[in-house]
Amino acid sequence: MARENGTPPLRFERVSVNFPGVDALREVSFEVPAGETRIFFGAAGAGKTIALKVALGLVRPDSGSVFVFGEDITKLKEQDLFEIRSRVGMLFQESALFDSLTIEENVAYPLVNQKAIHCPPEEVAQRVREALEFVELGHTLEKFPSELSGGMRRRAAIARAVVTNPPLILYDSPTAGLDPVTAHTIVALIMKQRDLRRTTTIMVTHRYQNGNLLANYRFDAATGTVVPAKGVAETASRTKFLGFREGQLVFEGTQAELDASTDNYVRKFVKHNG
Amino acid sequence: MDFLKKWVLDVQEFVLLSGRAIANVFRRPLYVDDIIVQMDLIGVGSLPIVLMTGFFSGAVMALQMSRALAQYGQVERTGQVVAITLVRELGPVLTALMVAGRNSSGMASEIGSMKVTEQIDAMRALGTDPIKKLVTPRVVATATVLPLLTIIADFTGMIGGFVISYYLLNLTPLQYWTSVWQSLEYNDVGQGLIKPFMFAFAISLVGCFYGLRTTGGTQGVGRATTQAVVVASVLVFFLTFFITKIFVGSVT
Repeated sequence: MARENGTPPLRFERVSVNFPGVDALREVSFEVPAGETRIFFGAAGAGKTIALKVALGLVRPDSGSVFVFGEDITKLKEQDLFEIRSRVGMLFQESALFDSLTIEENVAYPLVNQKAIHCPPEEVAQRVREALEFVELGHTLEKFPSELSGGMRRRAAIARAVVTNPPLILYDSPTAGLDPVTAHTIVALIMKQRDLRRTTTIMVTHRYQNGNLLANYRFDAATGTVVPAKGVAETASRTKFLGFREGQLVFEGTQAELDASTDNYVRKFVKHNG
Repeated sequence: MDFLKKWVLDVQEFVLLSGRAIANVFRRPLYVDDIIVQMDLIGVGSLPIVLMTGFFSGAVMALQMSRALAQYGQVERTGQVVAITLVRELGPVLTALMVAGRNSSGMASEIGSMKVTEQIDAMRALGTDPIKKLVTPRVVATATVLPLLTIIADFTGMIGGFVISYYLLNLTPLQYWTSVWQSLEYNDVGQGLIKPFMFAFAISLVGCFYGLRTTGGTQGVGRATTQAVVVASVLVFFLTFFITKIFVGSVT
């Protein structure tokens, strides 16, 4: 498998997270090579979101190691995590835009606050505008998050996640609670970011279509639309599906392997959403 | 046993948060904008309520005490009683309780909502320490404005006492204000200012603490808010007892 550089952006080694009375993650191991896409699926509470939070160092695992760009973040102090986090974008489930700030200030937040980014103050406005235009929200700069619709908030949050142009982006249920048309727009944006900037992408989703889109389509910069990937086999092999169940990783494979799976739990996600 | 263990762990968590929040005062960056916004919210925002409670607590003290003093023929000493009770106890405690009701709850619900909507996580993910950005400015702002609010409450309380003394007890302004002025010692003023300073830490840290540990959606935010007000109010009484004990002890 072609790797763009040696160290994978993200690697979990036997990671366990225990909350009082429940194991949120149990001995989860996987690796995401640079430029590849991973789709996390599974029932609610299966550990998908926790896995993303562990990857960012927001939740500390009770055992195991998490390597982000080759560095074991489980050994780092909170202060030292900020450097790593500046290279990882994250879209939170409910967008998590700051209510008290305008959309412009929200998108500027990582540029202004992440020390490792070193964005000159005079460039901030320009980069914010670019990021918002990327998600087609150029006209909302002065608005507050509460004035936007759910889909627009999600897009603004994507702008905030991509504004620093991080090489690894984690999307937590980017289409949850959205209508199919808006959901498609969001996935197209994720694809656009992935294909134009070669971002390593992890997406948590309940919708099979989202995974299907990411696995078999690509963003065409010339026409600005989503088109079937030419070398489908190539794209498909660079997109893998990871199934979570009660904190354990129960499936890891390509879409073809997912479709062929005989596991009852895994099949639910193929059938019901297909 | 489990209950005790949980309680000890909570206290430990609270002490850790307090330590980090206060240590951050001396670390860059200091979010000056946030401090000023909070000072406006807590200080200017609490003014009307503090003026009202101050005025009426002074007035009610004058009314109550004049009856007792009349038995000894000492009504002209009303000013002294009002001044001492207000400056030493009522001013700091009532102001702190008002601010606890307004701002501990405000902090708990605001930070709690941010917690349940993952904004706190987002803050950490985007390069800021939520304790530095949210807790420290609130602590600094409260510690600055609560003593000032207390001074204002003390003074309006004395005016309240004066209104009663002048119109109902028929004391002259000179009688009242002289007894106020002469009764106050540095020790009274000292404890009257140390108290609100200490209360400020209790009020702001408790509000932020319950906000930051909010779980369980909007219901959790409601719970955090209630707990913050209850614990902050109880802590105010607890602290005032010990501070008074120290000061009274040092006098004799």
